[in-house]
Amino acid sequence: MKNAAQSIDHQVMWNRLLAVVEEQGQALIRTAFSPIVRECGDISAGIFDEQGRMLAQAVTGTPGHINTMAEAVKSLISIFPVKTMQSGDVYVTNDPWLASGHLNDFLLLQPVFLDNKVVGLTSCTSHLVDLGGQGMGPEGSDIFDEGLLVPPCKLVDRGEVNQLLLSLIKANSREPVANEGDLYALISCCEVGAVRLEEMMREFGISDLGPLTEAIIATSRKGAVAAITEVPNGVYENALTIDGYEFEIELKARMTVSDEEILLDFSGSSGCSKYGINVPLNYATAYSVFAVRCLVGPEVPNNAGSLEPFRVIAPEGCIVNAQRPAPVAMRHTIGQLMPDLVLGCLHQAMPEKVPAEGASCMYDLPMRNVPNLAPGATPFAIELAHNGGTGARPMKDGLSATAYPSGVWGSQVEVTENTVPVLIRRRELRPGSGGAGKYRGGLGQIIEVESSENQPFLLFLSLERMKHPAQGRDGGGAGAAGRVAFQSGKSLPGKGEAEIPGNERLCFETPGGGGMGHPFARDPQQVALDVRRGLVSPENARRQYGVVLSQAGIIDSEGTSVLRGSC
Amino acid sequence: MLESNSRNNKKKARLAVDIGGTFTDVALELPGTATTFVTAKTPTTPRNPVEGAMQGVRLALEQSGISPAQVSSFIHGTTLATNALIEKKGATVGVIATQGFRDILEIAYERRYNQYDILLDKPDMLVPRERCLTVPERMLASGEVLEPLEESGIDELLAKFDALEVNSLAVGLLHSYANPAHEQRLAELISAKRPGWFVSLSSEVSPEAREYDRLCTTVANAYVQPLMATYLREFANALAEEGFDCPLYAITSGGGMTTFETAIRFPIRLVESGPSGGAVLAAKVAEQCGLECVVSFDMGGTTAKVCLIDDGLPQTSRHFEVARAERFLKGSGLPVRIPVIEMIGLDRLGRITVGPESAGSEPGPACFGRGGERATVTDADVTLGYIVPDAFAEGRLCVDVNAAEMAVSRDVGQPMQLEAKEAAQGVSQIVDENMASAGRVHAVECGKSLNARTMIAFGGNGPLHATRIAEKMGVSRIVIPPDPGVGSAIGFLAAPVSYELVRSHYTTLRNFDFVGVNGLLRRMSEDATKIVERGANGQRLNEVRTAFIRYKGQGHEIEVPLPARDLTENDLPQLVADHETAYRAQFHRSVPEMVIEVMSWSLTVSTEVQPVPPILRTTATETVTSHQLREVYFGSQGGRRQASVFFRKDLVPGNRVEGPALIVEAQTTALVAPDFEAEVDGGGNLFLLKTSA
Repeated sequence: MKNAAQSIDHQVMWNRLLAVVEEQGQALIRTAFSPIVRECGDISAGIFDEQGRMLAQAVTGTPGHINTMAEAVKSLISIFPVKTMQSGDVYVTNDPWLASGHLNDFLLLQPVFLDNKVVGLTSCTSHLVDLGGQGMGPEGSDIFDEGLLVPPCKLVDRGEVNQLLLSLIKANSREPVANEGDLYALISCCEVGAVRLEEMMREFGISDLGPLTEAIIATSRKGAVAAITEVPNGVYENALTIDGYEFEIELKARMTVSDEEILLDFSGSSGCSKYGINVPLNYATAYSVFAVRCLVGPEVPNNAGSLEPFRVIAPEGCIVNAQRPAPVAMRHTIGQLMPDLVLGCLHQAMPEKVPAEGASCMYDLPMRNVPNLAPGATPFAIELAHNGGTGARPMKDGLSATAYPSGVWGSQVEVTENTVPVLIRRRELRPGSGGAGKYRGGLGQIIEVESSENQPFLLFLSLERMKHPAQGRDGGGAGAAGRVAFQSGKSLPGKGEAEIPGNERLCFETPGGGGMGHPFARDPQQVALDVRRGLVSPENARRQYGVVLSQAGIIDSEGTSVLRGSC
Repeated sequence: MLESNSRNNKKKARLAVDIGGTFTDVALELPGTATTFVTAKTPTTPRNPVEGAMQGVRLALEQSGISPAQVSSFIHGTTLATNALIEKKGATVGVIATQGFRDILEIAYERRYNQYDILLDKPDMLVPRERCLTVPERMLASGEVLEPLEESGIDELLAKFDALEVNSLAVGLLHSYANPAHEQRLAELISAKRPGWFVSLSSEVSPEAREYDRLCTTVANAYVQPLMATYLREFANALAEEGFDCPLYAITSGGGMTTFETAIRFPIRLVESGPSGGAVLAAKVAEQCGLECVVSFDMGGTTAKVCLIDDGLPQTSRHFEVARAERFLKGSGLPVRIPVIEMIGLDRLGRITVGPESAGSEPGPACFGRGGERATVTDADVTLGYIVPDAFAEGRLCVDVNAAEMAVSRDVGQPMQLEAKEAAQGVSQIVDENMASAGRVHAVECGKSLNARTMIAFGGNGPLHATRIAEKMGVSRIVIPPDPGVGSAIGFLAAPVSYELVRSHYTTLRNFDFVGVNGLLRRMSEDATKIVERGANGQRLNEVRTAFIRYKGQGHEIEVPLPARDLTENDLPQLVADHETAYRAQFHRSVPEMVIEVMSWSLTVSTEVQPVPPILRTTATETVTSHQLREVYFGSQGGRRQASVFFRKDLVPGNRVEGPALIVEAQTTALVAPDFEAEVDGGGNLFLLKTSA
């Protein structure tokens, strides 16, 4: 019965670790200065054993850090061996190929000591506002153009913050104060995790995490493999054509499902762009594995065991395995489309479970004042983030104006208008944008923005699905493509920088999600409800769905069967 | 002398009624005392809760020989508003928003609450798109009018609501917290044109920036208002018919009392009033016993609540969201709620899971033999021997020990290859760990720690789980007050008449807007005082002010206390210092030389709480023993032990009981773990103390 007691202790400690990483995550979000962190939860926190095996990772807003953090910690401890670490040390890097795909993401690592011995590690990642260079935008021609790269080094030495490093990071940023605040937030986040881990080990009277690690990893690996067993073995291929920047990009995936493993191979995908939309493989992997895990064993928490059976490979130099010194600042633009690519493979294996394509790439809208600010005008910089519709799900409509795969939170209008000189004149669902289908794609939204001081301002775009909308599945229609335009009519391209005149209003229309199944199979009552709610027009009810409605919105059954029957 | 005393006492009895999901608790405070109660517990009558409540009221009056006319105040707490939200049984609400912002509710934060669940539905926002309409108008963040309210379309708008059979409106216009003029004008127009309709204005219900949060709260208010208005009026009538002529109060989630009249305007403030009664009780017990730092633990049949109380003040947690319904409760939450009636089982990984599945008292645990088959936490407690079958719930419920053991064995034991008691012990550990974790997270949120606190445990299940949860929290002393089973109702009797207001007004400390802020706080003070005076009966009033402060650029604020007067330049250094201290306590490090900004201000006016006379901790002199023994299982380390069984009514001040023991009373049982001992103090409180051995 000793084993039973131990097994229950392990379960209790596992629950505790999951609670601790969530607590770390909350602490980071609450103390962060970077809007993308505090409003969008673009962070990660994890606990590792002293060999660098990940035991628990916070489930937060964005999946961009799933297993990138696990790999990063291994890289760091190969550079700084655990036995050389001292109590109160904290290590840092923002190297995109080690941390999380672009310079803004800083990763910290702190050893946890128990009775003068390193027993584990805590790590966290968060997005800093600005690292100099060209800033957040795809215009850099290489990584050196994109700003300051901090190689792996010590940020805190036995409790003392490295002031030289801090001032270097501040001196190379347009937002030095926010950067400093965010670094402090990251340090506290590591410290919270370290304190809690030590407390837990004392409470349960254990001096090393070994047996707990083995238990967590073995249980999780078994759970992940059991889920993979339910996916029919085979090789499934898919391709996705996307807008790109200077040329259209072809993304290719080949998914091999075997008894104990899912292997994703991105061979055949286009080569790198000369703009910063390239993706390091760690980041492409994060989003790809995330999407597969949404359908294959989602209840198994992320850790070294559950992630092991999912492998990703891609030839060096293709756009999803960009090599130094390729520019990568906007790696999320394509990274967030990886789920649509790999779910296209998975759909062939389990057609009844996989949703249609969605807007996927978030509409991240960085705006700031022009450099030659008029006297009296307020300087500002803000990054609004909004989403389109998700793809229709098996048996359910897609979600409107909802983040997937990212978990980015849309900003609240009143908060935006309280902090910067812009006015949001409209933020509403975009009627008719959801792909038609037995199950309808989610709707995009319409957002209209103008300067509240009639001043010109700059806008930096790196958007997708403006030329290639989200496709439906099994006879479902495509969602509407995204659109950015002046109210006066002129459309803007999806990528690059634009100056918005002071008297113009900018209109963003985020893309809709794809539909699922033939629209004629949709319940006419649902179509009538969509019309009543203003989500689908009466013309489209007739044209796309074959449903005829009276002026008052009542279904004309005869007219409907005539239309539907004739198809 | 005698005569004048009885004249004074004539109007001194106070009556509290707490209507919960299963039971209605009544506590009557007898004239001339503040510690002697007559209590009654009657089944809640869900179809007309007034019925069950009046039954309990009559029962308590009969037992005490007090007439309705002798009752000087009536205090009521109810979960009716909460249940209406959870069970979706409210009004047909319509929303009026600013043109261009029809979809505030559906767009929300554009976020899925579970990252991995592809099939999830967004929370039901109670008002579908066809009932969300807009009017042309626009305020700026500064409160200036950008576009005036266009009134010409109002008839057409109301006609649309007519067709949709709407009878309660939630009005949420952009920046109305900064200037409510357009919302107020709409209310005027609507009440003139549709006199019978309920109208909730976001600028009154929750005047804070963040349109989605404000509108949600306003919608929730509009959703429960018709129901609560009818209910409270019916209750008032029934009381009047019975012969009560005293003021009637409702308990708010902030732990204060407010008049029925205010409760009818802002019923959202009543949501979760049951738990707050418990926090008030705990604060009072803490004061009696001279305890500065306590954690209250109130575990009932359907939820458990944890609340930290320092120097008699319960910590409010404005943003902590754990339950579905609490999404609506920003600014109103007091303790943390944790669902309790939970099914246990194993997940795909073979881990024990405890989750709220088919929560509610039907069909309930397997051991009650009322159709429940799946193992529950209560079944685990029964299997471990913690519950004395014939004494449970005053013998009203039959406890089938075999059924409990079978269920635990089948759902957890066999799959894990554990015998029933081992499995039950595992379940217990996981449940207690979950509760302790929730408590820890709550503590972090408040910037406090749990160890070194005394736990005050009550509620139907609190005394049973207290020692084990206390150990996980690092707590070594527990107080169980008298009548723990009706703790909330007793807490109501100690609540002040109070009212809290929160308003947004932006300023930085560097360029502090003294005129704007002082003006705002003065207006808030006047408004809150006016509301409290209506129920205060001339008692002295206290005022507490708080600022919600953050470093410029952050998205979350922390609370910093303010003096209850106009602010001057001289107050700023203290504000900066207080913010730094609070920040460091919560997040370990403050950020040097950062600009500090204030987003919102809160102000609470309340009647002064009468100081509670301290109770002397009589040192226990007499160790008592019991002949009644019961086998209890304490896990593989603790093993099987014979626990002495006591009845609480037999224990007197000065008695000491050594663990392991079970102390049984009418509505609950206290478990004294083997490494604890129990003492009864002069006020009848039960102290459970960890023994150093």
